[in-house]
Amino acid sequence: MFQDLSFELPSGTALVVTGANGIGKSSLLRSLAGLVALAGGTLRLEDGIDDRVPAEHAHYFGHQNAVKAALSVLENLSFWQGFTSPVTTPAYRAAALSPEAALDLLGIGHTIDLPAGFLSAGQTRRLALARLLVTPRPIWLMDEPTSALDKASEGQLLELMNGHLAAGGLIVTATHTDLALVNTRILHLRTADPVSPHEEDLPA
Amino acid sequence: MSSWAAVLFRRDLRLSVRVGGSALVGVLFFLAVVTVIPFGVGPDLNLLSRIGPAILWIGALLATLLGLDRLFQADREDGTLDLMLMAGRPLELLVLIKCLAHWVATGLPLVIAAPLLGIFLNLDPVATGAVTLTLLVGTPALTLIGAIGAALTVSLRRGGLLLAVLVIPLAIPVLIFGVSAADAAIHDPVPFLTPFLILCALSLIAAVIGPLAAAAALRFAGD
Repeated sequence: MFQDLSFELPSGTALVVTGANGIGKSSLLRSLAGLVALAGGTLRLEDGIDDRVPAEHAHYFGHQNAVKAALSVLENLSFWQGFTSPVTTPAYRAAALSPEAALDLLGIGHTIDLPAGFLSAGQTRRLALARLLVTPRPIWLMDEPTSALDKASEGQLLELMNGHLAAGGLIVTATHTDLALVNTRILHLRTADPVSPHEEDLPA
Repeated sequence: MSSWAAVLFRRDLRLSVRVGGSALVGVLFFLAVVTVIPFGVGPDLNLLSRIGPAILWIGALLATLLGLDRLFQADREDGTLDLMLMAGRPLELLVLIKCLAHWVATGLPLVIAAPLLGIFLNLDPVATGAVTLTLLVGTPALTLIGAIGAALTVSLRRGGLLLAVLVIPLAIPVLIFGVSAADAAIHDPVPFLTPFLILCALSLIAAVIGPLAAAAALRFAGD
């Protein structure tokens, strides 16, 4: 799938993965999330918890929201808070929000007792995002995080992402929109040249 | 029980009793299968009471299979399964908890309905008690074996039928010992305890092999 792909990310930095459709941005994120086994190569996390793989330090915020329509908004979020194991490392210390506080912060506090099936696409997206706030984990893997969000929520998402970086977290995101993140590196994926396949790794 | 397991158990139980859940469907299907048999067989009460335990067992097997295809598929479709794989919880234990919740929601109602349906089949109180007891210890094995099929067919859109074909051969030993234990309670000279203990053993074996095999299949299906 990938050839000559290599990058490293110090704490507090975001990696923005760009490239044409179908180039493998999502596959890269899914590989980092441990959902696709690596055919070769290594993935290493420094100062992590020893008996956990890197994927278990990460939140995956993908195209699917993992929200159950039959459960209420609070039940959805409380489940993820209770189920996902929190991870804090020496470099990353963030306080977990309570589900109510996270929903209020994201502007869907008034929907707390509604079945999640009643939410709009953007609200469901925000509920999925709230999952990242109730369990602290140092790595956020975000695939098109701004999809279905309006301008205001997009700004709020940026604030949250910048807050995560400031707390010493890492973000790897695949996106088509320009995100004004404080500390960014760009990884541009492109199709391999038949002669000399290579990757560009440009610091922004 | 550690807290994440309790959280997962409560969520799965809630989902199965809410709209779109499978809790009530299974027991209604069980009712339909068992009530149709006397119409087909005819009003021969002796015959009915002789084949009654077998009918209840086959009905329970079919009703269990009915809801199993959604065990992991519903979670895969909305991305929940991906997050569960990353949650840092042992996958085998996760499968076991999900099976337990699924059994409480769909298997336990079958056990509770069995004495009532026994009346339809002219079972005497001893036979009814025996069938109910064998269903109580045997249906968890059906759910746990079915979980293997559910995990293998998780990525198939219409995997329900394939699941039934995969699971029924594996469920035959459970069926044999369940029915023979119930029959043994009715016909005096045969000891009840021997097939019953083998049935218990089958459930315990399924509780180990089912989660291990289903977890392996789910990891493989992640790609």
